[in-house]
Formats: sequence, C-alpha cells, structure tokens
Amino acid sequence: MQPNFPGIQARHQQALDAGQFLIQHCSACQCHVYFPRELCPHCGAAAPDFVAPGGGGTLQAVSVISRKADQGGDYNICMVLLDEGVKLMSRVDGVAATALSTLKVGQRVRARVVHQAGKGLVVFDLDGATA
Amino acid sequence: MSMTSSTAYPRDVSQPSAGLKALRGSAAIAGVATFGCGEAPGFTEMELLARAAHAAVADAGLTMTDIDGICTASVLSTMWPMPVIEYLGLNPTFVDGTMLGGSSFIAHLLPAMLALAAGQCNAVLVCYGSTQRSGVMNRKAVAEARRQMDPQPYEMPYEPVLPVAAYALAASAHMAKYGTTRRQLAEVAVAARQWAQRNPEAFERGPLSIDDVLASRMVASPLTVRDCCLVTDGAGAFVLVRSDRARHCPKPPIHVLGTATACWHRQISAMPDLTLTAASQSGAAAYAMAGLSAKDVDVAALYDAFTINTLLFLEDLGFCAKGEAGAFVEHGGIAPGGRLAVNTNGGGLSCTHPGMYGIFALIEAVRQLRGDAGERQVAGAQIALAHGNGGTLSSQATAILGTAATL
Repeated sequence: MQPNFPGIQARHQQALDAGQFLIQHCSACQCHVYFPRELCPHCGAAAPDFVAPGGGGTLQAVSVISRKADQGGDYNICMVLLDEGVKLMSRVDGVAATALSTLKVGQRVRARVVHQAGKGLVVFDLDGATA
Repeated sequence: MSMTSSTAYPRDVSQPSAGLKALRGSAAIAGVATFGCGEAPGFTEMELLARAAHAAVADAGLTMTDIDGICTASVLSTMWPMPVIEYLGLNPTFVDGTMLGGSSFIAHLLPAMLALAAGQCNAVLVCYGSTQRSGVMNRKAVAEARRQMDPQPYEMPYEPVLPVAAYALAASAHMAKYGTTRRQLAEVAVAARQWAQRNPEAFERGPLSIDDVLASRMVASPLTVRDCCLVTDGAGAFVLVRSDRARHCPKPPIHVLGTATACWHRQISAMPDLTLTAASQSGAAAYAMAGLSAKDVDVAALYDAFTINTLLFLEDLGFCAKGEAGAFVEHGGIAPGGRLAVNTNGGGLSCTHPGMYGIFALIEAVRQLRGDAGERQVAGAQIALAHGNGGTLSSQATAILGTAATL
C-alpha cells in the first residue's frame, strides 16, 4: 500500500536521496510511467505503484553542451530509454571531457544514483560489457 | 516491456466534424503588420505591440474602435490580455490569452473563427510584441525566472540549456534514426539566409555558406550558433474578420481554409518520439478541414527556431516522407528556385525571432498570398501553409490559408 502523503514527486525524491531510483508501474493498464505522476498518463488510473527498474537502458539521443573551461568545460546531456520502455533526461558520467563526442545513440547504459547539491540524482554509466 | 499506450500519438483527425468543415474559409485575415523587427531599443513590449496593432488595423481598413475581439500572449506576463486590453482601450466581447509558446498566435485562429461565426465578436486583433534583444528582461533573465515559476525538476538538474538542448536531442535522434547529417541541417540555415537576402525587413542578410554553418561555434551538438534562430526585438499583429466583411476591406482577403493545434508534452523528455512532432496531428487536422494536402501548398512558413525544426515539419506536414527531409533540402531544395518555397522572409533563422515567431510565419504567408512579397514573391501563390511551434517541440499549430480563388 502506497502512503498518500507526501506527493509523488517528494516520495520519488526521498527514495533518490536514499540512493534508490524508482519508476512507476500502472496495475490498471500494465504500463510503466516516468516521470512520476499521481495519475497514469496512459489510462488515467490513480496512484501508479513505485517499482525499481532493472537499471539498464539505451541512449536515444545525446548532446554535448559547450561551456567555457573556467565554468567547468563541456558536458553531456542525453535521453535514455530504459528497458522498461520509459525514457528520461540524464547524463553519462565517467566520460572524459575530451571524449564526449564518442557518446553515441544506441549505446547501452546503466543507471546509478549520485548526490548533487545535496540531492539524489539519476545518472548513467556506459555499460562496458555491451558498449 | 510496457503494453501499447492507450493515448494515441498522433490521434486520428482525418474526419473533421461538420462544424469544423463549415468553418472552412469562414474568416479571413484582412490586415497584417510588423513593427520594430530586429532591434528596437528604447521601446517597451507594449509600445511595440501597439504600433503593430495600429498598423494591422489600418491595413484592414478599420479603426481601433472596430476591434471587439483580442488574442494575445506574452513570455513575461501570465495575465497579458488584461494590460493589452487596458493599454489599447478595448472592451472586447471575445478574449483568448492561450499561451502555448511560439505556436500561440496560430493556435488563436480557431477559437477566433468560432467566436466570429457565433457572432460573439466582429473583428479580432491578434497581437504580440517583444523586446527580447534590447529589453532588461532578456532571454537569460527569463530563463532564470522560469526555473522558479515553471520548474522542470526532472530535467533542470542536468543543466540542459533550454531550449537549444532539447532541439539538439531531437536532432541527435533524427540523425541516428534516419542518417540525417549536419550538412543537411546547414542547408536549412543557408536557404533561410538566401531568402532573407531578398527581404529588406530581414535582420541577417550577409553571405552564409554551408561551410560557414559547419565551422561556426558549437552550442549544443549537433547544433551550432548558425543552426539557432536569431534573438531580436519585434512585434506582429493581424486582424481576422468574417469573410463576407473581408471582401469589403481594402486588401485582398486571405481566408483561413483549415487550422488546428496539437500539444503532446511540455518537457522534451516527455515527448512520445523525439523524431515525430505533434505537427503530424495539427497538420493532418488542418488539411482535413481545408480538404487539401501538402501537394496543394504553394508556399510554406515553418517555425524554424532551429534548423532541425524545418526538417521535422517538412516531414510531419507531409511535404516528404518521414526521415527524408534531409535529402529534400539538399542542393537548395527549399532555397529560392528550389522544389518548395519555405520561409521566404528568411524565417526565425535570418529574418526575425523575438521569442514567439509563429505570428511572423503567418504574416509572411499572408504577404505571399497577397502578392506583396516583392523580390521574394512566389509567382502565382494561391495556397500557403503557416506552422507554429511552441516550447520544446511541445505545441504545434498549423494554418492553411488561401486566396479568394481557393474558397
């Protein structure tokens, strides 16, 4: 049974802060849901359940954002399609600034929770075994 | 794996209602105007808007006291119709302040047509003004304010530099899926510049080659600064009246044959498919209302906030098959003398882009159909398509316009 307080965004963030990445699954239509919502965007049912994704995903899109070196240099953002069929914006960590252009659509990645500015955040690592 | 979503993207809009079909051609754009496009230091947004509004009303052969319907939207003010009504001294019986980003002013068409058809009002002014380039509240300040007022908690921690990064992701996905190249994206920017060179109102008219685009500063790969629209000031306005009245206005009436809006998401990460926009739905609905298809269109004005937009909209509005817009624009395909006249004013890339460009796309379509486009005129243009985009490929609004001969 899901508690109905606080709201879904806060509960998702609380889990991330504790190191756990959760998505949702709607028991009414069997669809996965992300980002977290109070209602299933597919069928309208209330309160989709939180579930832990497998963590695997595929890069659907990648962009290297130009930034001056004295502000931290270039960095990447990406769109990841999780194996559960939902996607999210994130970034791939562990890639040197000079190697960002080697990130490619189709590469396999794996989710990891980091702490940034005191809050849990989902990032991805290249999946070495299948990259 | 998830089951198939129960929400369809795109929705089947191939069978318009009898009511929508009856609206075909029922209203016409009788007046258009722009003001302050490029740089307008020393003006407020309201002042620019008022100058454009007055000129558009005069172009329609009307006076401000004839205006009894108003549609307007602002990036800065969430209650924008109220100060506009106050400033212009209007007492409208029809108000639409729907704010869908840059598609807003094309999205205002259908509600305005319904209000005109119902007799709720008789003359609708659609208007916009922006000092995005010269104003104190510039793009950077707006982005900072939006972080607080319009949070996107599942994207902002990754610092995506919106909107450009969202469009960069769409371009990345399109390139990976369809083999689209940066060179093909550059073709869009070069074609826009070549049209701009024929438009004295365009802000950027200098030479631009594909190699110039490819060698320019990368902003968010694969998009360089030349793949991005301008940041200008500017105002635009038009007046919509019932077609029977438009025939008595001084300028040739430009009828709205079909129009529709579709909105599927706000955040790019919630877009159902990064390579398929809601233009596939707004366009299909607009064509169905008009009883026309892409092959009937003589000139297209497609909201080109970034070069990838033009490719996506060429596909999603049926000018070429999905995935083939890169080839479509090669060798000057949408430049002067190409296979399709696209963004003949120079577009958001080279003419003007004060933040919400849709109204300027519509105004250029009207000017082409009036035969008022000077050196860039498409000979004999009878049917034009104007398409607006808002947010991060989030909202899409399409209008099919025609001369009196197309009714």
